[in-house]
Amino acid sequence: MRPMPNGLTSGDNLDFNQFPDLRGHFGPYGGQFVAETLMVAIEELTAAYEHYRDDPEFQAEFRHDLTYFVGRPSPLYHAERWSRQLGGAQMYLKREDLNHTGAHKINNTVGQALLAKRMGKPRIIAETGAGQHGVATATIAARLGLECVVYMGAEDVKRQAPNVYRMKLLGATVVPVESGSKTLKDALNEALRDWVANVDNTFYIIGTVAGPHPYPMMVRDFNSVIGQETREQALALFGRLPDALVACVGGGSNAMGLFHPFLNDHEVALYGVEAGGDGIHTGRHAAPLSAGRPGVLHGNRTYLMETDDGQIIETHSISAGLDYPGVGPEHAWLKDNGRALYVNATDDETLAAFHALTRTEGIIPALETAHALAYAAKLAVTMRPDQTIVVNLSGRGDKDINTVATREGITL
Amino acid sequence: MNRIDRRFLTLKEQQRTALIPFVTAGFPRPEVTVPLMHCMVAAGADVIELGVPFSDPMADGPVIQKAGEQALAQGMDLARVLAQVAEFRRDDASTPVVLMGYMNPLEAMGHEVFAQRAQHAGVDGVLTVDVPLEEAQDWVPTLQHYDLQPIFLLAPTSNTERIRRTAELARGYVYYVSLKGVTGSAVLNTTEVAERVALIKRQITLPVGVGFGIRDAVSAAAIGACADAVIVGSALIECLAAHAQPHNETNMFAAVTELLGGMRQALDQCGGNSGDIS
Repeated sequence: MRPMPNGLTSGDNLDFNQFPDLRGHFGPYGGQFVAETLMVAIEELTAAYEHYRDDPEFQAEFRHDLTYFVGRPSPLYHAERWSRQLGGAQMYLKREDLNHTGAHKINNTVGQALLAKRMGKPRIIAETGAGQHGVATATIAARLGLECVVYMGAEDVKRQAPNVYRMKLLGATVVPVESGSKTLKDALNEALRDWVANVDNTFYIIGTVAGPHPYPMMVRDFNSVIGQETREQALALFGRLPDALVACVGGGSNAMGLFHPFLNDHEVALYGVEAGGDGIHTGRHAAPLSAGRPGVLHGNRTYLMETDDGQIIETHSISAGLDYPGVGPEHAWLKDNGRALYVNATDDETLAAFHALTRTEGIIPALETAHALAYAAKLAVTMRPDQTIVVNLSGRGDKDINTVATREGITL
Repeated sequence: MNRIDRRFLTLKEQQRTALIPFVTAGFPRPEVTVPLMHCMVAAGADVIELGVPFSDPMADGPVIQKAGEQALAQGMDLARVLAQVAEFRRDDASTPVVLMGYMNPLEAMGHEVFAQRAQHAGVDGVLTVDVPLEEAQDWVPTLQHYDLQPIFLLAPTSNTERIRRTAELARGYVYYVSLKGVTGSAVLNTTEVAERVALIKRQITLPVGVGFGIRDAVSAAAIGACADAVIVGSALIECLAAHAQPHNETNMFAAVTELLGGMRQALDQCGGNSGDIS
């Protein structure tokens, strides 16, 4: 064991590329906690993904689409003015906001939709919270000519009308979910129910590194292009690996995509930033790694926000995309083994960072992303100017201007 | 001998098919649950499946989802479910009770603590919907250590390999989900169910119960002809919901007695199941 840059220790002998195991376990986390009615579909998907994961033709088609449809590679941008203003480490932004549809979500939907096509499934379903994953799924479904049904909590349908319309323009059917808290977690439940009933012709595109195995691994793999590019770009731009990586964590797909290619590089510190909402002490937040405990939900064992009785509780965050009571199982494991550090940013800190980046760099970040920026700004001032931080700029903020305006008492 | 095994042995001797009602604990009101359990036994229930409410019941349809939500809204939790079973046991020492639900509330209590308390309360079997064979390796021994039968689901999609592996882990009975979809889904194809049950019985010696899609005496009798047990859930919950007004227990129990009594009669009239239709 040796000390790590974030002050924790971790077993040097862990090879992070060996995880998950065959049944999708990251230590005690992950797994396949679904009803028997879904297991055959999960087995079929696992086998298909294991096959295509190493299939050169599949990978070539995926890379081709990332280049010509998504617009990759995304730049690693040196935020010079912001770095100077903060007076600490150099801030680099991995510009996932410049992808087609404006966020990292498209990387995964392109990959899973290609898999659906190879598996001969003409119908795609997805869950969505803020609508970003729904839009990314509807987008790729339109391109591949697949039927697309998106489940969205009835509350979210009301809050995210523009994205609902976008999905409809793209030819998707948006189904408002009225059960439970009528938000993302309930949309996920409903999508799972649809899948159980229609396993023969339906592929379920989960939008984050959660759900039953193989989803956490598969979504991570498709998003790992973020970290792979960052690695090459860092070496080209400043001749070494970054000192720290910072990404926001809801389900955790953009963070996992950035972190994974660096997990075995113990000199690179990893920070996942959860939604602190009104502050952890208020209980009104969406930070299961900061204030939750392990349990089983949506097909995997992970940290959850729950009551003493194990009932899942409603979350609160200014950003709908982080409003989820669970988190990907690999993050749960990285927290326990100390390889990554999980922190949080409150709604107020997030808004301040949103404005700071917009004004100093001319980039309007998504509110989800602004959580990462808020923590990165705090971290930067504890580091030297010759050190570097890469922040995953996971999405653009156009979708959030109404939320920000309303919060600040402005009517558009 | 566990109450479930004893009950199915008796039924076999009598050549009768088991009737297994499912109700959500605490629905429509927590104080109704125990009297309702006794009422169901009087109406002909052989085993009772008691649903443990969970906030995110991903394998259930709207009827059972709503029942769970209402139960939780009235303060139901796992500890109260166990207290209800203990109360039921004071007046009924022989009817097996199976808890059916999702892993998280049990995990929140602690696997071992739950199993110990469940046994103490008089629970006989546990069906954890979201724990398939793949995740059952540690869970099954914990349950068995406290004489709780691990009940497993089988689906129309379960292949012979999965049926074989289920045979190794399952105890008590297996629960064949006769439809693709969630609880409360529509149409039942009895010929197809009979074929699947026969297939399962070639590999599993335990009694086979069939659930999903059984709504009345006719469908119960049709399924009873090939299964060792018929399980009725959503139709029963709908019946409870229709009589859920406060101070209406008499009507509610009458309706439940009529529904289950009709099924009981239909099952007994068709002569009970041999199970040997293969």
